[in-house]
Amino acid sequence: MKFRGKAWKFGDDVDTDAIIPARYLNTSDPEELARYCMEDADPQFVQKISKGDFIVGGKNFGCGSSREHAPIAIKHAGISAVIAGSFARIFYRNAFNTGLPILECEAAVAGIDTGDELEVDLDTGTIINLTKSETYQAEPIPEFMQTLLRAGGLIPYVKQKLSQETQP
Amino acid sequence: MPSTIAEKILAAHTPGRGNVRPGELIEADLDFVFANDITAPLAIAAFREIGAKEVFDPERVALIPDHFVPNKDIQSAAQAQIMRRFAMEMGIANYFEVGRGGVEHALLPELGLVLPGDLIIGADSHTCTYGALGAFAAGVGSTDLGAAMATGKAWFKVPPSIKFVFSGKRRPWVGGKDLILYTIGQIGVDGARYKAMEFTGPVIEALPMDDRFTISNMAVEAGAKTGIIPPDEITSAYVESRAKRDYQFYHSDPDAQYEAIYDWDISGLEPQVACPHSPENVKPVGELGDIRIDQAVIGSCTNGRIEDLRVAARVLKGRKAAPQVRLIILPATQAIYQQALHEGLIEIFLDAEAVVSTPTCGPCLGGHMGILAQGERAISTTNRNFVGRMGHPESEVYLASPAVAAASAVLGRIGHPDEL
Ligand code: SF4
Repeated sequence: MKFRGKAWKFGDDVDTDAIIPARYLNTSDPEELARYCMEDADPQFVQKISKGDFIVGGKNFGCGSSREHAPIAIKHAGISAVIAGSFARIFYRNAFNTGLPILECEAAVAGIDTGDELEVDLDTGTIINLTKSETYQAEPIPEFMQTLLRAGGLIPYVKQKLSQETQP
Repeated sequence: MPSTIAEKILAAHTPGRGNVRPGELIEADLDFVFANDITAPLAIAAFREIGAKEVFDPERVALIPDHFVPNKDIQSAAQAQIMRRFAMEMGIANYFEVGRGGVEHALLPELGLVLPGDLIIGADSHTCTYGALGAFAAGVGSTDLGAAMATGKAWFKVPPSIKFVFSGKRRPWVGGKDLILYTIGQIGVDGARYKAMEFTGPVIEALPMDDRFTISNMAVEAGAKTGIIPPDEITSAYVESRAKRDYQFYHSDPDAQYEAIYDWDISGLEPQVACPHSPENVKPVGELGDIRIDQAVIGSCTNGRIEDLRVAARVLKGRKAAPQVRLIILPATQAIYQQALHEGLIEIFLDAEAVVSTPTCGPCLGGHMGILAQGERAISTTNRNFVGRMGHPESEVYLASPAVAAASAVLGRIGHPDEL
């Protein structure tokens, strides 16, 4: 799968309260959550972005709460993937489980600035910075996560397994 | 094969495995799973999507309304209702309605539902709190939890362990909160990312359970998967009368492998404060200067237990909160509230002109019961001081122990109890 769009860059340790503040967690409606995506980091974020754009973060992206509302808000705001130096562990799990593509790549984070036009190939992990004519290679997606992705996420994966177990 | 306590617990829960190594992916059997009023609705949706008809074991699932309860608005009431109905439908006895429960991470150990040696996941990042019992407990998202409610299993990548050895003599007013804030200040908010922290040494061995819970609670603030304290007689004394099923003590082998070992003599350690807007931005209270506060919050899954309230009462007895300070105290569970009442602590708080709230997460996550306006500043015994955590994005939260929070409430600025 390939995506093309603009980069929106944030710093290290972007926390889940910045991604979706708790004051909006009295709902789990994806479209409602998407309206407040990144509000406490950049109040105009949702107005500025276009569908298919990328969030670029530093190290430890998504630290803090276990709220799955965070990757859901990002995905439904129209962001196609998050590129970061590293991800907090619960966010990492949640992103795969909710189908938000994420890529770990320190070189990309160092090279990309807000506004750069990117082309990202999820299958190969290749990130092309069209503005700067640079190419970065993300960490390969771990084997087990690929199994999950092939199954279509955790839920279809578990569904498959359960139906296999109950077959005579 | 020499193993750490984290590795031993994971191995014991992985069918057909005598031991596990860091980096390995395992599918393990869970002892206990739970969610709260924010995370349960999504977990229930995931559970339904799987097509599951019943939870793997109704005795080993808990659903706890604590974040936005008593419900603050119609939307949060609707979320809680989804969970309540699901609990009834599935026959989940461990559903704790308002007035019978409290903040999940204080409640589950108090009731003996999570135990030493357990493998536990919860749809809340502070699930790591139960590491204080010698359990492997990790926070997950709602989808993982929904799948676990159906199967009783979860996938784990076995984490490498980091050991923290605390020795020396604690100074007066220095407790579990100061030790964990100091630790996060030293290693940073991603210093233990994807790792298991293990807290040991003579200082930890002498700590009461409530201080141990505070330490394990904030392991996630260093990025850790879990934060374990080796179980001992203090653990035994705590769980013996509470446990409703068998449990087991695991200990790390002397030659177990650690990715790093930190050895700290804390004899000179002062009470610690984490300044805005990161739990790693830690300073000794004496170095803060004149920081005026509008609000002081004592409570949460980090510091809302009975020992925390006793410490706060010791500081507040016969004193009053400074006129410009709103002092909000939230006992973490109904039982803690009652105990505090019997011990006369609530009266001390009311005399100090504090407001004492029903058990709830409330202001800890900026939910309700004490939201900050633009430009306001709070000292809080909670665990996160991110931008906007307790209200307006231009408000500030300083994290500290109950002793420092109580003293600051009286002083009207952040300060040490000895200044009173
Ligand atoms: S008290 Fe705060 S940190 Fe603890 S579970 Fe509630 S919201 Fe989360």
